[in-house]
Amino acid sequence: MNKPEVKKDKSMILQKEMIAKQFQDLATAKEKGKKIVYTFVPGNLSELIHAFDMIPVYPEINALQSGMRKKSGSFIKDAEKIGYSEDICTYVKCDIGMMLNGNIGPYGEKIPPPDLLLLSYTGCFTFMKWFENLERLYPGVPVVMIHTPYQEAGKITPEMVEYMVKQLRDDVIPAMEKVSGVKYNEDKLKQILSYARETQELIHQIFETPKNIPSPIDAYFAGVYYIGPINTGFRGTPEAVEYYKLLLEEINERIKLGLGPVTPEGEMSEEKFRLVVEGPPNWTSFREFWKLFYDMGAVIVASSYTKVGGLYDLGFRHNPEKPLESLAEYCMNCYTNFNLPQRIEILKKYITDFKADGFLIHSIKSCNSFSAGQLGMMRKIEHDLGIPVGFIESDLVDPRYFSYSNIKNRLESFFQMLSQRKMLVNQ
Amino acid sequence: MKYYLGIDLGSTTSKAVIIDENEKLCGRGITNTRANYEVAAEIAKQQAIYNTRFTLLKEKFLKNLLHSSEFQKFFNDLENTFQYIQFKDRWDKLKIEMMKQVSTLFFTEKEKLKNILQNILNELDGELKHKYFNENLGAKNQFFRDIVSEVYNQKLETTDKQYFEPLMNCFDKSINFVENEYVDYNFEDVLLQSIDILQDHYEYLLSKDLDEINTDFRTELEILSGNYKEWKEDVLSHIKNISNQNIVIANMVGTGYGRALLPFPQDCIRSEILCHAFGAHFIFPNTRTVLDIGGQDTKAIQVDKYGMVTSFHMNDRCAAGCGRYLGYIANEFGFSLNELGPMTLQANRETNICSTCTVFAGAEVRELLNMGEKKEDILAGLHKAIVSRAMSLIARSGGVFNEFTFTGGVARNQAIVKYVSEFVRKNYGEDIKINIHTDSIFMGSLGGALFAKRNLNVSLNSKPEKIKN
Repeated sequence: MNKPEVKKDKSMILQKEMIAKQFQDLATAKEKGKKIVYTFVPGNLSELIHAFDMIPVYPEINALQSGMRKKSGSFIKDAEKIGYSEDICTYVKCDIGMMLNGNIGPYGEKIPPPDLLLLSYTGCFTFMKWFENLERLYPGVPVVMIHTPYQEAGKITPEMVEYMVKQLRDDVIPAMEKVSGVKYNEDKLKQILSYARETQELIHQIFETPKNIPSPIDAYFAGVYYIGPINTGFRGTPEAVEYYKLLLEEINERIKLGLGPVTPEGEMSEEKFRLVVEGPPNWTSFREFWKLFYDMGAVIVASSYTKVGGLYDLGFRHNPEKPLESLAEYCMNCYTNFNLPQRIEILKKYITDFKADGFLIHSIKSCNSFSAGQLGMMRKIEHDLGIPVGFIESDLVDPRYFSYSNIKNRLESFFQMLSQRKMLVNQ
Repeated sequence: MKYYLGIDLGSTTSKAVIIDENEKLCGRGITNTRANYEVAAEIAKQQAIYNTRFTLLKEKFLKNLLHSSEFQKFFNDLENTFQYIQFKDRWDKLKIEMMKQVSTLFFTEKEKLKNILQNILNELDGELKHKYFNENLGAKNQFFRDIVSEVYNQKLETTDKQYFEPLMNCFDKSINFVENEYVDYNFEDVLLQSIDILQDHYEYLLSKDLDEINTDFRTELEILSGNYKEWKEDVLSHIKNISNQNIVIANMVGTGYGRALLPFPQDCIRSEILCHAFGAHFIFPNTRTVLDIGGQDTKAIQVDKYGMVTSFHMNDRCAAGCGRYLGYIANEFGFSLNELGPMTLQANRETNICSTCTVFAGAEVRELLNMGEKKEDILAGLHKAIVSRAMSLIARSGGVFNEFTFTGGVARNQAIVKYVSEFVRKNYGEDIKINIHTDSIFMGSLGGALFAKRNLNVSLNSKPEKIKN
C-alpha cells in the first residue's frame, strides 16, 4: 500500500458536488414550488417523476447517509423509544428517527415533507409497511402503491408487463398529474429515458472493468459511490451522462497504466484476492469495514449490491420507444425481485467471468429481502463451483450490530483460507 | 533435530505443542489463560519444552526398560513429582503473599484471622502433597488456580462464617499476582530434586509395614524390591545429557482468541479455524467436518482431503453454546468443571431447558431445582441444549460429512461427547465415523505447529487433481 498521498479524481469531486447539490435543491424545493415524491431505490420510477418536474427523495438513501455520518444510532434509538421493535429494518427506524428529529437530512439541510408517497417495488414487504407508517406521520399525503410481480418462474412474461403498464397508466400517472398539476408528456419522458439509457450503458461498462487483472476499481466499496448518482435521481439527466463518461475515462486510464483500485488510503499496490460479495455493506463502520479488505489486498470485483438499482449487465436498458413497458420491466428487474435460482446463476456468472478467488456473503440482520435464502445460495455456489466461501453478519445502519473484532476474526480466517487455497492451486 | 512450536491462546486455556522435523508430537503444555496473555503463552511453551525433554528422556530408555510396567510407573512418578515441585514453588509464593495480604486487611480480630489462615495453609500443605503423590492430582488437573481454589474453598466452608469474607478476599488479592509470575526453572535441577523426593517417598513406603500400606502402592513396592536403584543410575546419566540438549525451535505459529497479542511476527499468526482443522485432519486424515467447541467460540469447519478449510461458521454475538456456559453452570451447581460430565451421565432423562442465554439459564436452573427436578436431569438438559446449538451451527456450515472430528476443550466432557454423537448419527446417518482424540484440546496448537513446520518447506504430500474434496 502506498502511503496516503490520496489524490481525488475529478469524478470523485463531481460526484460529491452532485449529491450535495441535490440535498440543497431539496431544501429549497418548496420555495421553488417543486413537488416532492418519496420513493425507494429498487425498481424506482425516477424518470417518470422527472417527467412531471417533481423531485424524488429516497428514504433508504437518507438512512445510509445518516449511517455513514454516525447519526443513525440515535435516530434508531428514538424510533425504538416510540415503540419500533429491535427486529425492524434499521433503515426504517433511522428514517422515522430522523423525522422525529425535524427531518434534518444527512447534509444538515431540512428534507421537505412528501407530496406523494410512491411505492413502485413491493418485493420488500417492509417498504409497504414503511409507507403505511409515513402515511400516518404525514396525514393527507396521497399514497400510490403498485404491485410488482415477483419473478417466481424466473422470467418476465408479457402478461406481467401488461399488468404493470396498466397500473402505471391507471394509478400512477393520474396521481402524478393531480399532485404536480402537470399533464403527462410522453415526449418528455422519452427524452429522459434516452439519457437513462445512455447512463445505463456507461455504468454497465464501468462494472465490466474489474474483469481486468488487476482490477482498476473496487466494485463494492468504491462501487457504492459510483452507483450514487444513478440510483439517487440522476438517472435520466445529462449530468449523469457527463459524470459516468468522466468516470469511465478515468478508469480506462487506470487500466492503461495497470493501476489497481483507489482506497481511502491511496492506491492498492498488490491485488492478492479477487472477491465477489453478496449483500449490502455496513454503513456505520463503512471505512473500517473497507479497510479490513484493502489491508489484506482484497478487491471486490463484482457484487450484487451495486446492482440493486438495475442489472444492466443482463441487458436491460430503458427503451424510449416503449416508455411505459420499459418502466414496467425496470421495476421487475431489480436484484431482489429475481428468484433465488436466478440470483445464484447471476452470482456464479460473476465468480466465473470476473475470475474471483472467493465468494463472501455479508448478511444483514434486519433485511429480509436480501438475507432470506443467502445460506442456501452460498451452499449451492460452493457446491457447483468449488470456490471458498465466507459468511459474515452485521447490519445496515444500527451501529450496535457491527462487531469489529468478530468480523475481523472471521475475515482473517477467510483470507487465510483463500491464501492456502491459492497455494494449493499454484502447486 | 529441529523442533516446531504451535501456541493456541484460547479464552480459557492456553496450549502449546512441539513437534519435531518428522512431525512427531514431542511435547504438550497447557495452562490457564490469564489476563496476561504473554505469561500464559510463555508458561504453555515452557511446559511443552519440559514435556519434550521428558519425551527425549523416555526415548533413551525405550529399548531396554520402557516396556516394563514398573519402569513406566517410575517414569510417571518422576513426571508428577517434577510437576509437583513447580506447583509447590508457586504454592509457597501464594502462602507468603496471602500472609502478606492478611496483614493489610482491616479486621478487628486480625491476629486470630492470621492464625486461622496460617492453620489452613499448613493443613493444605500436607493435603496437597498427599493428593499429588497418592491421588495423581497432577495428571488430573494442570491448572494451579483451579487446584488451590478448590481445596481452599473446601477449607473455608468448614471455617467460622465471620472469617469467610476476609479469607476469600485474601485469596482473591493474592492469586493473580502469583499466577501471573513466570518462573524459569532449570530442568536438570528440578529433575534431580524430583528423584530425591521420589527416593524419600519410596523409602518411606519401604519403612512401613505391609499391612499399613494401601494396595495401590504395591507396584511401587515392586519397584523398590526390583531394579529401581539401577534405573536411577541410568536415569541420572541421561538427565545431564537431555538437560543440556538445546531444543531448537526452528519456527513457530500462534493462533487462538488472543493471537493478536502474541509477540509473534504477522506471518507467524494463523487463524484458529485453519489450525484446528489442520490439527484434526493431521490426526484423523479422513476428516471432512470438524466441530470445535472452545471457551467462547464454537466453530463448524469443513475441510478437504488436504486438511484445507473450504468453509466455516462460528457463533456470533452469544457464547451460550460454549465452554464458558459449562463453567457458569458448574458454578451454579457448586461443582468443579471436571465433575460435570460424569454427573450428567447419571441422568435418566433430559429436562427441557428453554433459555438460550447463559445468564437466564442460571435462573431457569434454580427454578427447576425448586420444582423438584433432579440435578442430573437438569444438567443433561443443559448439555443437550449446548449440543443442539452446535448442531445448528454445523447445519449452517453445510452439515456433517464423513469423517467427523470433535475437538476443543469441551470435547473432554463425556456427556457432551455422548450428545454430539447422538445428534450427528441421528441427523447425518449411523455410518458417520466420529473421531475424538484424548488430546482434542491440543488440536489448534498442533495445527499451528504443523503450519510452522510446513511453512518452511511447503509440501502437501500429493498434487491435487481438483480443488473439491
